[in-house]
Amino acid sequence: MGKSIVVTSGKGGVGKTTAAANIGTGLAQIGRRVCLVDADIGLRNLDVVMGLENRIVYDLIDVVEGNCRIRSALIKDKRLENLFLLPAAQTREKDAVSPEQMQVLIEDLKKEFDYVLVDCPAGIEQGFKNAIAGADVAIIVTTPEVSAVRDADRIVGLLEASELYDPQLIINRIRPDMVRKGDMMTTEDIIDILAIKLLGIVPDDESIIVSTNRGEPSVLDKKSLSGQAFRNIVRRLEGASVPFLPIEERSVVKRLLRMFNNVSGRS
Amino acid sequence: MLEWLSRLFGATEQSKDKAKERLRLVLVHDRAVLSPGLLDALREEMIHVLSKYMEIDEKGLEVNLNRSDESVALVANIPVRRVKRKL
Repeated sequence: MGKSIVVTSGKGGVGKTTAAANIGTGLAQIGRRVCLVDADIGLRNLDVVMGLENRIVYDLIDVVEGNCRIRSALIKDKRLENLFLLPAAQTREKDAVSPEQMQVLIEDLKKEFDYVLVDCPAGIEQGFKNAIAGADVAIIVTTPEVSAVRDADRIVGLLEASELYDPQLIINRIRPDMVRKGDMMTTEDIIDILAIKLLGIVPDDESIIVSTNRGEPSVLDKKSLSGQAFRNIVRRLEGASVPFLPIEERSVVKRLLRMFNNVSGRS
Repeated sequence: MLEWLSRLFGATEQSKDKAKERLRLVLVHDRAVLSPGLLDALREEMIHVLSKYMEIDEKGLEVNLNRSDESVALVANIPVRRVKRKL
């Protein structure tokens, strides 16, 4: 029996879909059987971030309504044979599926996969309730901004009300230069406020935009800093204790040193 | 003088501190939301406990969360009809 993880945030645009795509791909990369589920009915995007938009035949609603078997709706990833995507329906409303139906669906998927990763829509309405329905654990994505952290706090409360305890936090788009100047909240500031466990820190990285342009998660790019951050997150999810990427360093010498360390087998 | 000194040493407030402080305040309010169901349950239980010690006017009972800038307080207005002499 696998484990289901919902990736949520409250606020839109903080990087939920990117996080889900990268974590899913990263887990598949180390050999786990992974199913990504896009729960954002009506506004699906996980398919384009994964570069699988041209392969969709059936979607989540088709499965729930019994128009097709789960197997025929699952799209196999281009790069990794143990990675699958269940796309959201694009032309339906969020209430076309109920939390109970989602629960059954996720339970079924957990029998086949090691990890079922659900990409939650923004907001706290029906779509959110559907996405968290079958989840064993939750990952909350935030950015170092007042609005995003506030929404993350709200999500912590709502998850608790649904008996989903101990969510883990990913702080996305940290900018080391701004943190150094005191113009961006630090990881410690945010953890201090939210009082939940930190799963990862992802630096603001232009390569994310490039990889989204291409439809290739940055976790596959060995040189990408955000990719490294997601690879670390994946290892932490698997129970390894991995130190957090230092966000202070910026100098060329330090970067070279780290690259050298990585090459010499430390990562 | 002190101000001039602190400016000289660049001790102006960093914007991240402002962000943290604003967040702290806004969350005091956000977190102090009792759902109507919980508020009703609280009211019922308060009546239950208080009735052991005094006769209260249940209809006149008011329980609310009052918010000020820095804090949130549970404010109850409980009209008492008669206090009991013993338990």
